[in-house]
Amino acid sequence: MSQAETTIPAAPDDVVLDVRDLVVEFRSGRQRVQAVSGVSFQVRRGETLGLVGESGCGKSTTGRTLVQVQSATSGSIDYQGQDLNTLSSRSLRQLRTKIQMIFQDPISSLNPRRRIKDIVAEPLAIWGKGTKQERTAKVREMLEAVGIDPDAAGDRRPGEFSGGQCQRISIARALMAEPDLLICDEPVSALDVSVQAQILNLLADLKARFQLTMVFIAHDLAVVKNVSDRVAVMYLGKLVEVAGSDDLYQAAAHPYTEALLASIPEPDPDHTSSHKALTGELPSPLNPPSGCRFRTRCPYAQERCASEEPLLRELAPGHQVACHFPVGPLAGGPSAG
Amino acid sequence: MGRRRGIRTLEFADVGSHQGPLLVVEDLHTSFRTPRGTVRAVDGVSFEVYEGKTLGIVGESGSGKTVLSRSIMGLLPPRDVLRSGTVHFGGHELSAMGENELRAVWGAELSMIFQDPMTALNPVKRIGVQIAESLVLHLGMDKKEARSTSVELLRSVGIPSPEERVRWYPFQLSGGMRQRVMIAIALACAPRLVMADEPTTGLDVTVQAQILDLLADLQRERHMAVILVTHDLGVVATRADDIIVMYAGRIVERAPTRTLFRDTKMPYTRALMDSIPRLADPSGARLDAIAGRPPDLVNPPAGCRFAPRCEYARDKCRQQEPPLRTVGSADHLFACWYPLVDGVSTAPPVKVSLDPRSPSTQTSADTPTDAGPRGDEPGSGTPEAETQP
Amino acid sequence: MPDDRELLDTGASSQLLGDRFPGMAATDEAVMAISTEHLDGGDVLAKKPLGFLFWFAVTWVALVFLAAILANVLPLQNPNFQNYSALNQGPSTAHWLGTDDLGRDLLARLIFGSRVSLIVGFCGVAIGLAIGGTAGLISGYKGGKLDIALNAGSFIILAFPAIVAVIAIVTFWGASLLHITIILGVGTIPLMFRVIRATSLSFAQRDFVIAAKTMGATDTRVVLREILPNVVPVMVTFSLITVAGIIVIEGTLAFLGLSVSLPTPSWGNLINEGTANNALSTDPYIMMWPALSMFLLLWSINLIGDRLRQRFDIREGLL
Repeated sequence: MSQAETTIPAAPDDVVLDVRDLVVEFRSGRQRVQAVSGVSFQVRRGETLGLVGESGCGKSTTGRTLVQVQSATSGSIDYQGQDLNTLSSRSLRQLRTKIQMIFQDPISSLNPRRRIKDIVAEPLAIWGKGTKQERTAKVREMLEAVGIDPDAAGDRRPGEFSGGQCQRISIARALMAEPDLLICDEPVSALDVSVQAQILNLLADLKARFQLTMVFIAHDLAVVKNVSDRVAVMYLGKLVEVAGSDDLYQAAAHPYTEALLASIPEPDPDHTSSHKALTGELPSPLNPPSGCRFRTRCPYAQERCASEEPLLRELAPGHQVACHFPVGPLAGGPSAG
Repeated sequence: MGRRRGIRTLEFADVGSHQGPLLVVEDLHTSFRTPRGTVRAVDGVSFEVYEGKTLGIVGESGSGKTVLSRSIMGLLPPRDVLRSGTVHFGGHELSAMGENELRAVWGAELSMIFQDPMTALNPVKRIGVQIAESLVLHLGMDKKEARSTSVELLRSVGIPSPEERVRWYPFQLSGGMRQRVMIAIALACAPRLVMADEPTTGLDVTVQAQILDLLADLQRERHMAVILVTHDLGVVATRADDIIVMYAGRIVERAPTRTLFRDTKMPYTRALMDSIPRLADPSGARLDAIAGRPPDLVNPPAGCRFAPRCEYARDKCRQQEPPLRTVGSADHLFACWYPLVDGVSTAPPVKVSLDPRSPSTQTSADTPTDAGPRGDEPGSGTPEAETQP
Repeated sequence: MPDDRELLDTGASSQLLGDRFPGMAATDEAVMAISTEHLDGGDVLAKKPLGFLFWFAVTWVALVFLAAILANVLPLQNPNFQNYSALNQGPSTAHWLGTDDLGRDLLARLIFGSRVSLIVGFCGVAIGLAIGGTAGLISGYKGGKLDIALNAGSFIILAFPAIVAVIAIVTFWGASLLHITIILGVGTIPLMFRVIRATSLSFAQRDFVIAAKTMGATDTRVVLREILPNVVPVMVTFSLITVAGIIVIEGTLAFLGLSVSLPTPSWGNLINEGTANNALSTDPYIMMWPALSMFLLLWSINLIGDRLRQRFDIREGLL
């Protein structure tokens, strides 16, 4: 029996993070680009929310805004009742250890000049927690928890480790801060296939052990699906579909999700995808299409899609979609167009 | 767009009339001298590719697949590199040629699509110019003709408004577009063999599908042979005729695609397939990760190089290196003492070792669970007793 | 400006195959992964021995320093004592390096003169590092308006013709060891600022800096603990090279008569004396010793800086 410990999503009011109408805009000279254009979602305690989309969709920007590395232009991010966007820098400093991040490039996320044991002990050192012995003990414990031998590795520098090992060390460091919420920004994209599997299993184990809530950002839908309880699909700065992961796969309602699923190369020679492959290129974020942003590449686009932007609405319990003409088994469901 | 006998000094038989395999690699070894020792990146690789066929070379980091592709092309720098073995292409021995002779072959008959289009394209030259270079050099076209041919090439790789875009610089294009331009450059002179080295890594999954489809279309049109080097089994599953799996510089399995997936013999290949998350699996399913890391290429382990990480390894595996052999069908080669038969290991039963120093207890998330998510595999530590080979 | 591409020319000094062969990043993964298998004692990445020349350079620099510091204690003759019975003599047992046209012992003048050069060189650069380096470190990390302002400022200062400025300042302020040191030191500030700012900037974007911020580190801590250790190698090597430059400039100023006034020796004015008034034909030693010493010192400093850079950057390169 190896079904992962999928924690039962808690009651709706046990929400760790409540994001409302998040907008992140970048300016370069006169031009303004909205990387994230009004995104709202909730992260419930104990779940893993997957955030998936292709390059330019704004998922990484969203992730960075959640950890307050990127400042939001408007909207709110409520953590434990406080809006992170409006906190003073002092209050923010104290609160932000609760939300930690794992980065995409494992090697650049570690300071090349410091020793592993110092890097992992840093969260404790910053806040002055514990005596020297206590810190050393905690560092040992954490390194072992992520599968790194503390005696062999402690005094070494990141340059001597492989990508997978660096990612483990990164995870150890993040967990030292005792976060509630772990934002993983493409944590396995830069790793080899077999190492990916190791790290994904590790994250699942640690999530259970430390009772974490996670937001998992990636472009590989198969990986996201494996790791997440719920998945949110983004396209060009907007959320197009949010559903439970199995639900998303079996009953994808948005044409973009459908296309994503069809494009994934399955390691099965007889696999023929029944869906049409996606044509065209991603529109420029400087000038997104009117109405539904996906309409320029959507095989089912109609007039209404150009004039009216579809809002995210609930198609079935726990399954939201932003489309005027949803597809799939749930199409024609309870909510009329 | 015809083919002209241009500046080429080497004669190749016309497309379609060549007898026998187009590319023959025999016992290729490539090593690098480093301060730590000699890294044997490619350690005895032999295979053939026929005209019009697609060969997939699959392996992880450190398997040697990238070094192999460059070794075949002859793109390695001369210093501190040891190369032995032969490469025959269209009847000519590539491995014996100097750079000047190779220049006549590169681009014209044998070309390469590189992994990262941003670094493979010259950022200060317009893309039209970069495509035209090859045409002028190999086909002897004049600038005007080369220019119009470039536009046609861009059109054929699916770049919209090619007349405009031919004057663009690489930075103005998206990743997918740049890769298309790379393909256009590689295919400009209609080579017989295209080496595609991780052509879609780093691209979005929807763009990936487009690029691979494009490559397949062009291949069919021109009866080209393609070698697709990648770490992604999914990419080769539907697009390669034959697949070679590499590990630690050697070929560990080679088979026609369908056979490889349906009748996998090498435990490494099987383990690789199992560690990939599949869409059809329920969410939260635990992955069958392969324990440990690729071996040291300076001092590879004695015996089978995968043995330290293999769940079915026995003493014989650790002592003697299994040769690449076939059993039954001649086109399925594998290097294993106890290959899988119908997904079940043929390794003899052994007492379970509780040695805490064995590799499987060093990293978390690696010991295969008893009943894996895919119920048709034996996932437990003691495999069932089968007849010995 | 030191360029890391030079690493590739030093043969097998690059540990990273990816630096030497395109597309070898994959092999590097494997090679690096292996190096941790042998984690038993000793640095796996064998430190390439620094070489005989390096140690020769270190010895020379140490010697020069020691002589300068201990000059008062050493059994040297008085550098300003004019012995009219021993004019323009070559090296002898009484005067190891000979005498000049006023009968002064050249060895003593050389050693006392080295003080000036060393003080101006190292203290001047220290000023530049302290002010320019710190500003660059912070500016590169913080960015924003401060950075833009400082950057523009440094451009303006660098564009100003230096010699003219120095001549003007020295004329009005007077030439003394202190003044010259300060003037040249201040002159290195914009240079230090630019180099260190660039390095700081390149590290400020890295994920590990962002990670430190998410853990609640204050800006001060981030700059000191995360960025500074990475900038130090560049600081050290570039500073050493600047020291060499400053010593030469002081020599030039002495030549123009703008440095410390006679009879206090400095290598600069020794060379000046040694080439003026046909001195070269009567007593080439006056010029020869300081020139030789200066050359050896600068060469040694540059060599040390170079080797150290290679050393540090190899580790950096492994990433």
